[in-house]
Amino acid sequence: MKALSINNLHKTYPNGFVALKGVNLDVNEGDFYALLGANGAGKSTTIGIICSLINKTSGDISVFGHDLATEIGAAKSCIGLVPQEFNFNVFEPIEEILINQAGYYGIPHDIARERAEKYLKQLQLWDKRREMARELSGGMKRRLMIARALVHQPKLLILDEPTAGVDIEIRRSMWEFLKQINAEGITIILTTHYLEEAESLCNRIAIIDKGETLEQTEMKTLLASLNNETFVLDLNTHNQNLPDSIDGCKLEKIDDQTLEVSIAKTHSMNELFKTLSAHGIDVMSMRNKTNRLEQLFLNVLDGKH
Amino acid sequence: MTFSQQYIAFKTIVIKEALRFLRIWVQTIIPPVITVALYFVIFGSLIGSQIGNIGEFTYMEFIVPGLVLMALISNSYANVVSSFYGAKFQHHIEEMLISPLPNYVILIGFMAGGVMRGMLVGLAVLVVSLIFSDLNIHNYAVTIAVFILTSMLFSLAGFINAVYANSFDDISIIPTFVLTPLTYLGGIFYSIQMLPEFWQNVSLINPILYMINAFRFGLLGVSDIPLTHAFTIIIGFIVALFWYSMHLLKTGKGLKH
Repeated sequence: MKALSINNLHKTYPNGFVALKGVNLDVNEGDFYALLGANGAGKSTTIGIICSLINKTSGDISVFGHDLATEIGAAKSCIGLVPQEFNFNVFEPIEEILINQAGYYGIPHDIARERAEKYLKQLQLWDKRREMARELSGGMKRRLMIARALVHQPKLLILDEPTAGVDIEIRRSMWEFLKQINAEGITIILTTHYLEEAESLCNRIAIIDKGETLEQTEMKTLLASLNNETFVLDLNTHNQNLPDSIDGCKLEKIDDQTLEVSIAKTHSMNELFKTLSAHGIDVMSMRNKTNRLEQLFLNVLDGKH
Repeated sequence: MTFSQQYIAFKTIVIKEALRFLRIWVQTIIPPVITVALYFVIFGSLIGSQIGNIGEFTYMEFIVPGLVLMALISNSYANVVSSFYGAKFQHHIEEMLISPLPNYVILIGFMAGGVMRGMLVGLAVLVVSLIFSDLNIHNYAVTIAVFILTSMLFSLAGFINAVYANSFDDISIIPTFVLTPLTYLGGIFYSIQMLPEFWQNVSLINPILYMINAFRFGLLGVSDIPLTHAFTIIIGFIVALFWYSMHLLKTGKGLKH
């Protein structure tokens, strides 16, 4: 079943700005779906329309088979949203924020309390439950919004840059949590500017730019389409006379002990290392110059893909 | 949403609204009571004793209904306008907008919050008035009906103000420049029978005149306005403002792009 289906979504703001020019998305049930695009590409507008925070100009949206125009209550019940900006009452205790949110979905108070406890504990906020939301750190506020989005147990969770401004330790723990709830059956749509995050978490991907869908495919399929990768090699030897290319691989000397190698995907890495050894080059370590998805993302935006 | 789910959602909004103004009771409940108590002392007791009776009532007895209703009106309005605009300003109104809550539940939830605060302050003022004058309720049904309906009306008006407001300045313009003058000119301190005929007719344009007189009828049994006119005006305004508020929620005016 489709968790989300968007067909030819258009949005023109009253000032004439055309934010969406025909976005099409298909998210399957159980997907961990990356929605990528540069700033202003239309990601947040699309999410705003899905969540009924922005009125669409035209187009069709259905959530788990419920048309957002004709079965709005049923469609909304399926969705949980973690927005980009903090949007809770900073003068409310955080446990109350969750219980109230559950109440808006018609969940009885005792069940709401149990769920609030469950998600606050899972997101390491239980000790802070009586504190006002304004007293939380930035990372805690992000986790509070995730807990709030889950309290009515949605089938589709939409996260709009959930890890923006969050330190690496908390980001990693959030990734683990999101992987866990996705494995439990919640479909997730994620927008992020951290492309390693999308590559690590998501199985499907869409790239939108200037209000249009440029690409929508499996993550593996997209990554497989990358023809060349560039690696940075840390060398043990001070080699002053490196060639420009070896065995069809382009070399670029960064400094005496650092070398960049662009290698075709079909080229064997073993062959490359043999050739480097033959030239007296001793490699100590290697890493990708850029994230693979980042390279593909830029290619798609440049129309090279 | 089923009816029982809608009831839970409504109850959630009502409790949230009640907690909001009760948490800050020093700002929301006490100041209006002190202000009206000063009116009782200055206008009712000190100046009123020089004025003498209006009809068969002392001046203090005459102004009590109007001052109670003034407190009710301003607090019902202030509660909804500040709460709803605050929710817009901090964007936590989105918590409700993304949920399956029907618009009318959102509206009556906020309206109930305004009614609760308005009635609480109104009752507190009524209790304070007992220090200065005896309370004799002429007609309980009229008193209670006007008390509740007027509070509903101004809660709805506060809601519409909040929807249109783009800054905190915008939520004080209507109370300062419209509501307060209309309330003072609505016959709190005088009977319109005391005015020249021209100004009597002008006063009839003021809807608050009808509410104050209907409430005065409930407490004292006297009114410058026929009761049926007053109830027609109050209920008419409630229906019109409710319909318009629902229209604003449906179109997302001030809430959605």
